[in-house]
Amino acid sequence: MTETASPTATPLKDTNFGKKSAGPVEWLDDRLGLAGVVRKNIRKVFPDHWSFLLGEIALWSFVVLLLTGTFLTFWFQPSMAEVPYNGSYEPLRGLEMSQAYASTLNISFDIRGGLLVRQIHHWAAALFMAALMAHMLRVFFTGAYRKPREINWLIGIGLFAVGLIEGFAGYSLPDDLLSGTGLRFVDGLIRSIPIVGSYLEFFVFGGEFPGELIIARLYMAHIFLLPGILLGLIAAHMLLLVYHKHTQWPGPGRTEKNVVGYPMLPVYAAKAGGFFFVVFGFTALMAAVIQINPIWTYGPYNPSEVTAGSQPDWYMGWVEGAVRIMPNWEFTIGPETFSLNVFIPAVLLMGLLFTVLAIWPFFESWVTGDKKEHHLLQRPRNAPTRTAFGVAGMTFYGICWIAGGNDIIALKFNLDIFTITWLARIGVFVGPVIAFIITRRICISLQRKDNDAVLHGYETGIIVRSPEGSYAEAHAPLPTDVAYTLTARPRVPELTAPEAEDEDGVRNPEGRKARLRAWAKRFFYAHDVDKPTREEVVESEHHFHDEVYPPHDFPDDFSGVSETGVPKHH
Amino acid sequence: MRFLSTHRRHPLAGYAVLLFGLLLAGALYYAFAPGKAQADTAGDTAKIEQGRELFLVGCASCHGLNAEGIMTRSDGNYGPSLIGVGAAAVDFQVGTGRMPMAQTAPQAPRKDPVYDEEETEALAAYVASLGPGPAVPDEEYTDVSDVSQEELTRGGEFFRTNCTACHNSVGAGGALPSGRYAPTLRDVSGKHIYEAMQTGPQQMPVFNDDVITPEDKRAIIAYIKNVQAQPQGGFGGGGLGPVVDGMFAWIIGIGGLVAVAVWLAAHGARVKKKRS
Repeated sequence: MTETASPTATPLKDTNFGKKSAGPVEWLDDRLGLAGVVRKNIRKVFPDHWSFLLGEIALWSFVVLLLTGTFLTFWFQPSMAEVPYNGSYEPLRGLEMSQAYASTLNISFDIRGGLLVRQIHHWAAALFMAALMAHMLRVFFTGAYRKPREINWLIGIGLFAVGLIEGFAGYSLPDDLLSGTGLRFVDGLIRSIPIVGSYLEFFVFGGEFPGELIIARLYMAHIFLLPGILLGLIAAHMLLLVYHKHTQWPGPGRTEKNVVGYPMLPVYAAKAGGFFFVVFGFTALMAAVIQINPIWTYGPYNPSEVTAGSQPDWYMGWVEGAVRIMPNWEFTIGPETFSLNVFIPAVLLMGLLFTVLAIWPFFESWVTGDKKEHHLLQRPRNAPTRTAFGVAGMTFYGICWIAGGNDIIALKFNLDIFTITWLARIGVFVGPVIAFIITRRICISLQRKDNDAVLHGYETGIIVRSPEGSYAEAHAPLPTDVAYTLTARPRVPELTAPEAEDEDGVRNPEGRKARLRAWAKRFFYAHDVDKPTREEVVESEHHFHDEVYPPHDFPDDFSGVSETGVPKHH
Repeated sequence: MRFLSTHRRHPLAGYAVLLFGLLLAGALYYAFAPGKAQADTAGDTAKIEQGRELFLVGCASCHGLNAEGIMTRSDGNYGPSLIGVGAAAVDFQVGTGRMPMAQTAPQAPRKDPVYDEEETEALAAYVASLGPGPAVPDEEYTDVSDVSQEELTRGGEFFRTNCTACHNSVGAGGALPSGRYAPTLRDVSGKHIYEAMQTGPQQMPVFNDDVITPEDKRAIIAYIKNVQAQPQGGFGGGGLGPVVDGMFAWIIGIGGLVAVAVWLAAHGARVKKKRS
């Protein structure tokens, strides 16, 4: 904004504007040196796109978790000491149960608003993990983890892993039959680790399962250690976000060197702050109208009891599923039992997921040889192999998910649980391959469609009859900004195999590695449709008026006609 | 006693002792053997006859003309024998519509009953007349309107120990191998729950009166009725647990918030778009 210098206006500094707040602000600035920080960041620009708000859902639900969690700590007693229940829920009164379970019942039935806050807390946790995952998928499919953001990607993976453990610890605290069963699952998971498993179990549980310590230990981890780590990681994540600046979609005026969007003040702070209240309101609304984890129906934990439909919360569901479909492989050497039936699907598979996620950015840049900075996002279709790989991973995850709920699916859809299990067993191997192939072909087709639109324009919906009597649909050139956006991506690199021998017949010492890399690169870019060259675009412009007969000039903002024949405008 | 001691070497003494022993054994057997089906009055006879006629029309094609069961060629069970299953089993299977089956299936599903109450009673009387078996329970064990709080708690413990592993903690049901399942206990009458425990229909184990006493069965029924009558606080997801919660978190939670995010991102500082 430029100051208008009309002769009658009083200069801003001579008015009273802002004078009132100048005192306290100056006082703060003198002591904290805030002015510099604020001046630098108050106009910081964030680009606008709905998918950039997925991470924000996670951030705000974490805040909701902190607030509601604090409320719950006021009444929760992390003790496994047995007490008779005397609260107001009749069907359990008189029963011996742990203090943890009794106090959770009290929160649910005898503390004003307790059940609502408990349900907000649980919904917010489910949402937190879901938003983390959605955000992670967004970052993956748009290539936002590329240089310089690899470390932030790693921090994100760390957040996801710690969030998983944090969620699980919370799920276990009420000490009801369901959470105890889940804890038993983790106990089995720990014990399946070869050789050290049983020692680890005794270390974690302070003796044999369930012992008398685990609730108190999980409580400290759940309310202190893990949230502390999460907070630290979130802070680092956000600082790096500010430092790197946000990525943006390509478009007119958007380059690798700028950010186009709205400034922090007044726009983005309002949007983000408003979104916090939306998230809080949403979780509160869900908690008010949808029941989650009615612990009183499960009863206190008792190792000899179990209920049908015992599942973990959704983010551990895929591990549950992997365990459910694993064949019963187990062998013993001397006194040691090797439970591969649990170790492979639970421990190894979880390790594998996080390893693959963590090394992917580095692997991709090794394959492509791309060491440049990237601040413009890629549309998923413009990295077909990556997108296909991601969808293959999602397919694997999804099939494990289905297997984790196989009993519920069998019950509700009148299916045979063994059939589902066998389909999942085959599906986890076949499904990702099929998904990979199909996704890559779809991406390549979409690239072709984009090129087609750039070179041949879009279909106007106007049918033209030529003097010879033939009919053709008139195409019109894309508006320049749309054409620019579609072509704002780097060219597919040239794919050359490395020389196996130089001209003197000496074998390339890096030969094998280089060949592998060349092969991987060729696989990565295989069948990619490159964007049209400048010459092709220029040529197509000449052709346009020949294709449309009779030559027809469309207004700039014309974008075809609707089904009823009304012209559409941009 | 003199009589006995002087005649103990009588040639008939051995036979007399044998006869006495047989009479004693017979008397003991009579005293302790399971009771015969008691259906002797004239009204019952008419009912049994009515039940037999219904049976011949609706049941005999699978269970055999005398309810002796029919084997398949490969020695499989086409329709099991009904001799000794008792009136309780018939009242449960026919009263809940499971029998007659509409088609062969891994398990007979619950459906609207084909026979009315009187016909069901007649069928039960006929099957009960074939051999002794559990009878339809007295109402005092199936009516849970006056159950005490202690009984409710006890019923919950029994329910969690014996039932929830298949039927789920609120009786929402659960899956079993090969297309079979533990059905939901919602809207099942106390009488039918009692009969199911006593006769162990289909995949269910038998919990007879020695395993779970009639009083404890009543407590279990009371707990099931209590937990299912509770308000769920809005949508409860059918008591199916975290799988449904996860679905809600993704579809309603993430779905709804993404809708808000789209709206937020679509509106900039300039609300009205300038037309070029």
